Amino acid sequence: MKIDRRSFLAFVFGGAAGTALSPLPWKLTDDISIWTQNWPWTPVPPKGETTYVASTCTLCPGGCGIRVRRVEDRVVKIEGRSDHPVNRGGICPLGAAGVQLLYSPWRVRQPLKKVDGRFVPVSWDQAIGEIAGELRELREAGAPEAVAWIAETDRGTTAELIRRFLTVYGSPNFIRTPSAQDAWETALYLTQGQRATAGFDLERVSFLLSLGSGLLEGWGAPPFVFRACGALQDRNGRFVQLEPRLSKTAAKAHQWLPLQPGTEGTLAFGLIHVILKEGLERKPFVATRTAGLEDLKRNALREAFAPEAVAQATGLEAKTVVELARAFAAAERPLAVCGRGAGRVPGGLQETLAVHFLNALVGSVNVEGGVIAVPEPEYIRWPEPEMDAVASQGMQTPRVDGAGSERYPLARYLLNRLPEALLQGEKPAVRILFVSGGNPLYSLPDSERTAKAFSRIPLLVSLSPFLDETAAAAHYVLPAPTYLERWEDVPGAAGFPKPLIGLVRPVVAPRLATMPTGDVVIRLAQRLGGTLRAAFPWESHEVCLRQTLAAAWEPLRKNGFVLDESFRPQPFETASRKFEFGNAELKPLAEFRPHPAPGDPGVFKLTLVPYDSLRLTAALGTPPFLVKALESEILWKNDIRVEIHPQTARDLGLADGADARLITPRGEARVKLYLTEGIRPGLVGMARGLGRGAHDRYLAGKGASANRLLAAVEDSSGFEAGWGIRARLERA
Amino acid sequence: MEEPKSSAPSSRSESETDEKGDGAGAAIILFFILGLAASLLVGWIAFPALLYSEKRQPVDFNHALHNEIVDHGCASCHFFREDGSFSGAPKLAQCIECHREANSDDPEEIRFVEEYVKPGREVPWLVYARQPDCVFFSHAAHVRMGGIDCAVCHGPIGESTSLKPYQVNRITGYSRDIWGWNIAGIKRNTWDRMKMDDCAECHAQARVPGGSVQTQKDGCFVCHK
Repeated sequence: MKIDRRSFLAFVFGGAAGTALSPLPWKLTDDISIWTQNWPWTPVPPKGETTYVASTCTLCPGGCGIRVRRVEDRVVKIEGRSDHPVNRGGICPLGAAGVQLLYSPWRVRQPLKKVDGRFVPVSWDQAIGEIAGELRELREAGAPEAVAWIAETDRGTTAELIRRFLTVYGSPNFIRTPSAQDAWETALYLTQGQRATAGFDLERVSFLLSLGSGLLEGWGAPPFVFRACGALQDRNGRFVQLEPRLSKTAAKAHQWLPLQPGTEGTLAFGLIHVILKEGLERKPFVATRTAGLEDLKRNALREAFAPEAVAQATGLEAKTVVELARAFAAAERPLAVCGRGAGRVPGGLQETLAVHFLNALVGSVNVEGGVIAVPEPEYIRWPEPEMDAVASQGMQTPRVDGAGSERYPLARYLLNRLPEALLQGEKPAVRILFVSGGNPLYSLPDSERTAKAFSRIPLLVSLSPFLDETAAAAHYVLPAPTYLERWEDVPGAAGFPKPLIGLVRPVVAPRLATMPTGDVVIRLAQRLGGTLRAAFPWESHEVCLRQTLAAAWEPLRKNGFVLDESFRPQPFETASRKFEFGNAELKPLAEFRPHPAPGDPGVFKLTLVPYDSLRLTAALGTPPFLVKALESEILWKNDIRVEIHPQTARDLGLADGADARLITPRGEARVKLYLTEGIRPGLVGMARGLGRGAHDRYLAGKGASANRLLAAVEDSSGFEAGWGIRARLERA
Repeated sequence: MEEPKSSAPSSRSESETDEKGDGAGAAIILFFILGLAASLLVGWIAFPALLYSEKRQPVDFNHALHNEIVDHGCASCHFFREDGSFSGAPKLAQCIECHREANSDDPEEIRFVEEYVKPGREVPWLVYARQPDCVFFSHAAHVRMGGIDCAVCHGPIGESTSLKPYQVNRITGYSRDIWGWNIAGIKRNTWDRMKMDDCAECHAQARVPGGSVQTQKDGCFVCHK
């Protein structure tokens, strides 16, 4: 017997036949397929008991109720609460992606101190002790007013704790992050005498006129606004969007009127002009419940607001302006809203007043389907703190941002003016600055100047969960817990027409060595001792919250929110007890002055207009889910795309997708072009929210920040009124 | 006409060929059988032995003993939570209800109390019936709505006095109970296997709704969500 080629082949065939008759190939195929479907690195929710925790979302001022799904101690999903009056089960993409903020690998894990330009971890005791030491030194030097604190909001117990701390310390410089509410609140105060926030009864509107508001792009509480806009369509109502570009909101509106940017106020006066001239105002309301119409007439009936003049300014047709005014006035429940994009920029006070006057003329103020003054909640009633001489003297000094001064008597907070104030003088007016919200180094316009101004502050303390742009520039970073790890009261929901208090509760135990901002305040006060210690009798923010809410605590804890169902709009509180179109305080504001885009039109032939996207956040770090979902018209690989009209591109000799340099008087950025007829010729549309710092690998190095290219524009009341800047595009 | 002369030599050469052929043929058959046998041995014995690694459960639990004491059968420990989800293997908190201290001088129970109850450590039970993560399975749908007995899928485990060894598939990381202990995949009882075909068999019989309108086949999305 010989072993040759043939016997070898026989062995192989035998082996093949045997293998085929054994389970090996079939079982192996099956196992490999199961293995490929269950890669160990694919994220899978853990096994275990599922529980739900009701809380409130604080990622924007919308105040939506959320239902957080947990498996054991792990948060796996955030849903909208179906029994919550604001969002009724809805949730926006940012709210749904909030889990990624909780588990972000880029969170600050422990207090950090900058030593020789680098962060080193320190203990909470050391950080609080050293900062308290600096505060004591400054106070002993008799300059308590050189402390300032920038907070996200001025409502709720955390904000009140900060304000109380500053007051007893001796500084008037509590600063709230700017938003369109600044202008709305001032407008309500001036015309109605009410200290209130503006709520919009969108669910009952029959004609919605939006002057640049991104109703489907983050304005107000997105799920509330989305549902209201949908219901408006179902009711055969009308929805007109006035905006220079075809935003998502404009695309969903019944009519898109692409007006010239920055002329929204002019158009509002144009509509008032037509309504007054043709006698279309709602007579019973105007006659019985308003005063000072003569003042408005004097201003609005000028030739500058005649349809032809307005048409020329806005780029719309005179006929369109007249028809729009007539249709608006004739509608059963008309409502005009403003606040550009997501409403994160105040916009000019005069523009907001013009829109508010327009609403008053058609009787849509403090009624169903109108603008409703929602009173500020008054559940925080702490005993007046005892102040020493240093504090009393410090509180007499003018605010560093100029709010409430002779020059800006109407404004309460002017964060946009802080950079300029910091740049003045030999020594900066602020020696110690705390930032617990708003990420001003990213979100304020003219980033370079802002950074330069903030770099003059000897001690910058950031209280943020993330190493954002402001935290990166700070001397101390005191990590704050995310909204899923702490207690917080949230009074009011942006744009919601009823008074509401929401409760944020810890969904999971704090993941890292964080401390809520309220507790930092209490700890600082305890370290400083004296009147400061006496003013804070609570051992923690949580205890303070329970005691402050007192009887309201139990229902709030049980239900997650307290809604005043019986709320009816309150009577006007002006001297005349009527809505005032004119009075002494309004007088300096009577003559409308639009704000042109800064820059020389001779050198900069185009105009850059920033816009908001629901998938990009302004101050926070955008979570990876949203970055991945960004459309290719905004982000192409790592380049930001800017919108220009094909005609503008032709004039410049640039093609779709071309690389270009976008240059403004403030800076320049590398961009890619996106040619679309959905923007007026001569404009460059650029999304806000990209070009972030290096703290988040998923977000950094993508695109450019619009705020680096924009300039600060201030209106006569001190509010940020910028809507764009002159610009030019050059081939890269 | 010439007589053919080549018959003798040709027959000799044929017989030579035959002789040679017989020998070679036998070798071929022998090698074929050798190959066949070797591969069958590998496929049926060596492969399963290599594919699975064996572990013992952390605690040798006696189902039969507990089943006699408890009031509600399996549901006494493997219960539905208030929201309808199934609790699966019990948590230490449930064991502690009876076993804060050892109730007998059984060495296994004493070890359990010492190693898990006293330090408050969860028992890392190995779950025989854990399905891959790509499968959605609801106990509520099967037990509460379908009225299926536990033993239909899990077998008479409630009558066992000792926990069987847990074999884990080295490739997939899942229990051998899913494929079944018979490597050929032959089953005699409904609980012998837990593969997709076994689910589908019952789903087809019970006419579970959710079939695809497009493909006219059973509903993939019923389990693969």
